[in-house]
Amino acid sequence: MSSDTTTSEPKPQPTRKQTRRQRQAARIIDATSMGWKLILFKIVALGLLCATAVYAALVLFMNERWLIGALVVVGAAALTWIYLQRGALPAKYLAPGLVFLLIFQIFVVLYSGYVAFTNYGTGHNSTKEHAVHAIMLQTQDRVPDSPTYQISVLEESGELLASEDLYFAVSTAEGGALIGAEEQPLEPAEGAVVEDGRVVGVEGYEVLPFAELLNRQQEVTNLVVPISDDPNDGYLRTQDGQRAYQYTSRYEYDESADTMTNTETGEVYRDTGEGAFVNQAGEQLMPGWQINVGMDNFVRAVTEESIRGPLIYVTLWTFAFAFISVATTFILGLFLAMAFNDQRMKSRKYYRLVMILPYAFPGFLSALVWSGMMNQEFGFINNVFFGGAAIPWLTDPWLAKLSILIVNLWLGFPYMFLVCTGALQAIPEELSEAAQVDGAKPFQAFRSIKLPLLLTAIAPLLISSFAFNFNNFNLVYMLTGGGPRDVSAGVNVGSTDILISMVYKVAFVGSQADYGLASAFSILIFIIVGTISVIAFRKTKSFEELN
Amino acid sequence: MRAKPEGLFRLTALLSVSALALTACGGSGDAGSTDEEPGGTAANGADQLEASGELTVWVDADRADVLADAAGEFEADTGIAVNLVQQDFGEIRDQFVSQVPTGEGPDIAVGAHDWLGVLVTNGVVAPVELGDAAGDFEDVATEAWSYDGQVYGVPYSIENIALLRNADLVDQAPETFDEMIQLGEASGATYPFVVGLDPQAADPYHLYPFQMSYGAPVFGQNEDGSYDPEDLQLGNEGGVEFAEWLAEQGSAGVLNTNIDGDLAQENFNDGTAAFQLTGPWNVPSALEAGINVEVDFIPPAGDQDAPPFAGVQGFFLSAQSENTLAATTFLVDYVGSPEVQTALYEVGGRAPALSESFEAALVDDEIVAGFGEVGAEAVPMPSIPEMGAVWDFWGATQAAIINGDGDPAQLWEQMVEDVAGAIE
Repeated sequence: MSSDTTTSEPKPQPTRKQTRRQRQAARIIDATSMGWKLILFKIVALGLLCATAVYAALVLFMNERWLIGALVVVGAAALTWIYLQRGALPAKYLAPGLVFLLIFQIFVVLYSGYVAFTNYGTGHNSTKEHAVHAIMLQTQDRVPDSPTYQISVLEESGELLASEDLYFAVSTAEGGALIGAEEQPLEPAEGAVVEDGRVVGVEGYEVLPFAELLNRQQEVTNLVVPISDDPNDGYLRTQDGQRAYQYTSRYEYDESADTMTNTETGEVYRDTGEGAFVNQAGEQLMPGWQINVGMDNFVRAVTEESIRGPLIYVTLWTFAFAFISVATTFILGLFLAMAFNDQRMKSRKYYRLVMILPYAFPGFLSALVWSGMMNQEFGFINNVFFGGAAIPWLTDPWLAKLSILIVNLWLGFPYMFLVCTGALQAIPEELSEAAQVDGAKPFQAFRSIKLPLLLTAIAPLLISSFAFNFNNFNLVYMLTGGGPRDVSAGVNVGSTDILISMVYKVAFVGSQADYGLASAFSILIFIIVGTISVIAFRKTKSFEELN
Repeated sequence: MRAKPEGLFRLTALLSVSALALTACGGSGDAGSTDEEPGGTAANGADQLEASGELTVWVDADRADVLADAAGEFEADTGIAVNLVQQDFGEIRDQFVSQVPTGEGPDIAVGAHDWLGVLVTNGVVAPVELGDAAGDFEDVATEAWSYDGQVYGVPYSIENIALLRNADLVDQAPETFDEMIQLGEASGATYPFVVGLDPQAADPYHLYPFQMSYGAPVFGQNEDGSYDPEDLQLGNEGGVEFAEWLAEQGSAGVLNTNIDGDLAQENFNDGTAAFQLTGPWNVPSALEAGINVEVDFIPPAGDQDAPPFAGVQGFFLSAQSENTLAATTFLVDYVGSPEVQTALYEVGGRAPALSESFEAALVDDEIVAGFGEVGAEAVPMPSIPEMGAVWDFWGATQAAIINGDGDPAQLWEQMVEDVAGAIE
């Protein structure tokens, strides 16, 4: 807000001869015109914002989320700055929207962009540290037929000399006890008291109560006590602080050499930069971890035979589907709009209302209902319209394509009908009348006068409708699920799958999710849609004319 | 005067900003509390007998009440609070896989055993040593929750399909598939037998007992009962025989891919189908419709037994849990106790996994007993990741065979080839 537009007093004329005093007065008026209540509200709201931001940042920093914490601080500071300063009106308008845009759009886009360059997916889910941890956890085999050890966890007693180390004590069959610690194999303990097979006291040690174990549970569960000096005997480990079991590790991790060694076969698995430990034969040890793979996913998308084959087919069908969908819905919508725009039509209002109904139902619901109606044997369409003929609407590759276009026509024409009605009503009647006076036939008048005018207004909507249908996942997923599949083709892609539903199958269907490849596909789709839209907008130049 | 609308705008702008800040803060606040370590009290722990800390458990709405009781008891005994977070059962697997690495995941979650392949391959789940308690569970339950020699959870219920019979139409249990069809036809029902099939993906899960009766499991089994991905049995002689049987039943109209799950259930509930092959989930509506339901063993089509797949639900432990000791105690001693197992059975209506509760449930309810007896003979659904490749091709080929789209043996062999290719 500039100083001369927001006064509630009669405005001083902004002349060059305005004195310094006048300018000062204008500023004061401007400042006070906001009202003290609003200023108070502003301070309270910003105070709340800052307080919550500080709290959130503290929590985040304590959890070592440095980046997100820093972003919260910077964001809150930026918002406070924007709303506390005078002027900067555009920023004040835009800031809330920008914040949401950043969180819900930009972040998501950047994140999928980032994922496209990684091997993120099943088996490559986290960091290397986590992978090593998981492998060590998952490959500890309990020694066959070994007993359950009732253990007690002990600590050295005494105030000064006591170390923080923990000990396991187990009772022996003879009523004695064995005690051991990390790097210190089990050995007979002196002065042990055993009750009901459990050690309750050892001289020089203190038995920890269960509550104390819970407080030190990571130490307890990480404690590994060798059974004897022979590493092949395995070690004792407990998961609940009361029962220990005898384990041997299938793999040994050598931190300095960064290798996993199989203790039975001696095979060595190395980190060769594939995001997993790999042995000489090329076998990977799962789980692996997430790494940056550069352009690999994009290269795979276009070179790997099992992906490339269906990709071409699916891309062609996606174009056909999006283009035909836009064309059919537009033609039908325009035809109906013209019909209901005619003054001679009675009760147009009610017809229009009915026309909009398909648009009013949720799309996925309609798709589900249609898929029921198109059942070959029990479906409404075959039974009622075709007298019980067994037309395979959804199971024949070509009929399924037709069905999906028909259903999309039903779902999509009301939108086109609405926008065409709007655009037609904006075109002055005089133009058609003038054409008629000049002797043009109605169709001629429509073609050379109304249609071009209409297209100017509608073209951007047609382009966005094309982009929408290009990614019309709901319809495909709910109506055909991408099927029917050609079972002899050997790939999990059906004849009505469009690119986005194929991406969905790559990322989420089956147990081998590949988010990296799916993200790479999404980027390819974005590039395709983006390019087409830009070309189309350039061609029609409709954008400029709209403005 | 002109200041007014602008002020109003500022008001809304500020409101939205503060709302945003509040939501953002709410989110991070939650994150903070779940991440909290169980009190850094190692130093002054000696004076403090009560343990502090918190377990986070993801559980679905049906199971939440039972768990809340167990959690209350656990907290009273140990001082560790259990924070139950309700999640949609179907979402838990993927949420768990993506949340555990970030440190936002729970200590324990509920799930189905066939998720193990994904969970283990992603390194997000830790083994739970049941120790001597392992023998207290039904064999199929612990077998299902084993993966590569380790047990990964405490099972609580066994779910499987069985044959539902309308006892008002047919008064005896059939011994073979053909006998079932005869009995069904003699009863005068429109459909002697229904099973829900998808026009494009059939339903390998429901058809598996018949495949097994031809001696064609998906994978061979190792000595310890786990499945061996190298040993694809799908394509053995029995598999081809099964494919031919499918084609036969398809052309005879006994198996019909246009009858989906809803239609099958509708027909059975209307009394127009004598037999239905389905799971316990469809029984309540049949009973409500007044059908006199009996649960029978699945009659074999080939010359061997026809065991269905068993799905076993259980609770599993996060590999990144910082409360392993408390979590294991809660799992083994509380969730694995007969009281909790029986209580979980009472809300879920599925046979309990703990043998003691299992026996009790069998006495308690005829329907559960019927499914439980079939389930005790069932084979665990393979949870190895290679199974994903099987699902991708299995159903589509079965549908094609039933619909008569080509030579059954050839289609089946093609499928086996594709599956083998996808596994490599």
